[in-house]
Amino acid sequence: MRAVLATVLFLVGAGTAHAKDSPQYQAADAPVPGAVTHLGNIMPVMMDQSSWFHGILEQAEGRYAPSGTDFRWDGEVWYGTDYDRLWIKSEGTLEKGRLSDGQQDILYSRAISTYWNLQGGVRVDLDDGPTRTWGAFGIQGLALYQFEFQATGYVSDRGRFGARVEGSYDFLLTNRLILQPQAEFNLYTKSDSSRLAGAGLSDVDAGLRLRYELWRKFAPYVGVTYSGHLTQARRIVRDQGEKPGSVRFSLGIRSWF
Amino acid sequence: MHSFSSLARGLTRRRFVTSLGAGACLSALPQQAKAEGRPSSGCLPAMPSNTWDLEVSRTHVSLDGKSMHAPSIGGTVPGPILRWKQGETVTLNVRNMLDETTSIHWHGIRVPANMDGVPGLSFAGIPPGETFTYRFRLHQSGTYWYHSHSNMQEAMGLYGAIVIDPIRPDPNVCDRDYVVFLGEWTDVMPHDIVNNLKMQDDYYVFRQRTAASFPKEAREAGSAMAALKDRLAWSRMNMAATDIADVSGAIYTYTLNGHAPDMNWNGLFRPGERVRLRFINGATMTLFDVRIPGLEMLVVQADGNDVEPVPVDEFRIGVAETYDVIVQPKEDRAYTIFAQSEDRTGFARGTLAPRVGMSSLIPPMDPRPVRTMVDMGMGEMKPGESMDHMSMSGMDMKGMDHMHMAGMDMSHMGHMAMPQMEVDDPGPPPINVENQNVAMMPMDRTGSPGDGLENNGRRVLNYKQLRATRPGADPRPPSREIILHLTGNMERYIWGFNGRKFSESGPIKLKKGERVRFTLINDTMMEHPIHLHGLWSELENGQGEYRPYKHTIISQPGSRMSYLVTADVPGMWAYHCHLLYHMDLGMFRTVVVS
Repeated sequence: MRAVLATVLFLVGAGTAHAKDSPQYQAADAPVPGAVTHLGNIMPVMMDQSSWFHGILEQAEGRYAPSGTDFRWDGEVWYGTDYDRLWIKSEGTLEKGRLSDGQQDILYSRAISTYWNLQGGVRVDLDDGPTRTWGAFGIQGLALYQFEFQATGYVSDRGRFGARVEGSYDFLLTNRLILQPQAEFNLYTKSDSSRLAGAGLSDVDAGLRLRYELWRKFAPYVGVTYSGHLTQARRIVRDQGEKPGSVRFSLGIRSWF
Repeated sequence: MHSFSSLARGLTRRRFVTSLGAGACLSALPQQAKAEGRPSSGCLPAMPSNTWDLEVSRTHVSLDGKSMHAPSIGGTVPGPILRWKQGETVTLNVRNMLDETTSIHWHGIRVPANMDGVPGLSFAGIPPGETFTYRFRLHQSGTYWYHSHSNMQEAMGLYGAIVIDPIRPDPNVCDRDYVVFLGEWTDVMPHDIVNNLKMQDDYYVFRQRTAASFPKEAREAGSAMAALKDRLAWSRMNMAATDIADVSGAIYTYTLNGHAPDMNWNGLFRPGERVRLRFINGATMTLFDVRIPGLEMLVVQADGNDVEPVPVDEFRIGVAETYDVIVQPKEDRAYTIFAQSEDRTGFARGTLAPRVGMSSLIPPMDPRPVRTMVDMGMGEMKPGESMDHMSMSGMDMKGMDHMHMAGMDMSHMGHMAMPQMEVDDPGPPPINVENQNVAMMPMDRTGSPGDGLENNGRRVLNYKQLRATRPGADPRPPSREIILHLTGNMERYIWGFNGRKFSESGPIKLKKGERVRFTLINDTMMEHPIHLHGLWSELENGQGEYRPYKHTIISQPGSRMSYLVTADVPGMWAYHCHLLYHMDLGMFRTVVVS
């Protein structure tokens, strides 16, 4: 009881002390709508509300194996202001003339904190497999230690759930020679054997790429990549007589505009 | 490279007195400044003039292999040196031959608001094909400059020097008098630079800490563990200690009077003569560290206002600042004027020489600065050290009144001297989309020459050394304090005050005649040269009533500083960081005096 009382007194005391001590904050430049009429309707600063347009092809690579070479791409474009942007993400793998793992997202992206964006929209699995459509919602940004991170949850038109988690990190060996470990995981609540997806952790696509930035926007790279199915998906793939995973030597180009 | 254009003879006092202008500084006469793209001689026109016809047009300028159709005045970059006389009324007919709106802002000149040349605030700009006549009386003397305030034209070359002769005898008259206009040159368009920075904030930085640089850092830090800890501390904050300048020598050629380093601008002297050098930093994004190996420089003027002479070996000049120095080379040899960029990715260079075409040794650049926890506003804290172990010694107590640290009650320490003063305190800025950091312990850094210059073995100018030669015109204490935090998010490349960019903020309103203290707390880890149009900024640097009058003041990272302003001219004034890309991405406010 005494302890409770002491706590209450402390809290009250702290509260009043806080109220007494905290200055009345007022910013001299607080926003006031219509406070200034700009002559000739010209804003003296023009770029702080500008829209920007960029795209990056993180991966555009050949993955070599004696059995045949796959081609893999992974990239995104975005357009918009500091806060509101439209994102289109695209990835897929072309193996033996067959397109798989083709995920295309169209997302509205809203900046919510220093390093993070909330993203919501639609994902369409568009490749040579059956087409699936998903609602998408997730976060994208920069975690501590400059770790690039994206996590997106999906709900399909058939009431299924999925998730995709991606991360990468740039180790600067020199200012132009950069080693990048990268991994992407897909998870589903239910299996979808026609798309080689299993319940739980379904597949992973990871790489260790060493790029050389000839120019900032153009960097050829060599890498070792792994693409494979896990847990239930592994069995599904095996049942269909395909290899559940492989490590490949890869050559590619990272570029952006 | 034209030897003629590199030649400058300076104006000797005898020539000035006897008006024997022939042969001296021919290329600086306004009517001579027609040749396309010819850089400036740095020579002043022989006589001041009250009427100037200035034509803004595109000129093909090629420098160091980088070509651009630059907007310029009279076909040169920099434009002509405008020489005026204090007390006179000048008439400046600016004709716009561009296909877009232009404007000329007279930087540091006290003018009526409608003559200040900021589209949207002073006037509507000068439309293509039209002529705007600026007319104002000159109340001041000294070294200033002019530049466009429209659509990044300044970043492409639309700028030049202003020299105003004083009515009273000039205490700093010299045998030779040169403008030394520092700038950058690139063929990358300003919009492309910003666009690149929006995608990758370190796009132009090729001096990051890497695996390859680790052994060197470990040696410097004393151990691999110490170096690793420091790296992790920065990495944890998603910032880079190597973030010195956003745009670097990767694309910039640094210029001196429009000359690339290898063009070697020459300023002539005879041994024993006193030479006045009027340094102007007209760059877009670069702070310069200036020295002349072998010569002591006597700083006699800052931002157009005379100061008690300070002998130095080196000084940092922020974007838009001016410093006049006097040197007296005694030997019959050449001396290099060496202005290295703060990030040490390049330098501007010229030569003071007894004869044309001479050159001297170019010193190696200093090591590039590395930011520390001081720049983050963490005081003298070592990375990883927690706040409650901090020693309080050496901290600026004046800066502590707005700290908000658990367990410390300092709320009464701030305004003891001015109990009735009204304070506009925005409080600590939010950590949000537009702001990355809060300086917990901002320090008074006016006694520091700046990052990369401390303890370099040379006498480097700092703000505390600037002492006006006459007491300030307004002895009233301020009746109001306006505290502003300089904020930004490097990662998204957004800049502002108080965690907001320009378009999300209101004007700063001052009453006419009001005496105000502006206090800047820099929460970012970069320098910001802050420029207030139309009104003087009287730097509170400990010189009492002899505080220096400035128009542009560098706010050092992690610092707290203040200056006094008398709001004596009504109108809408621009107030901004003079790193132009910071300004254009939000570090800009309108100050309304009414």
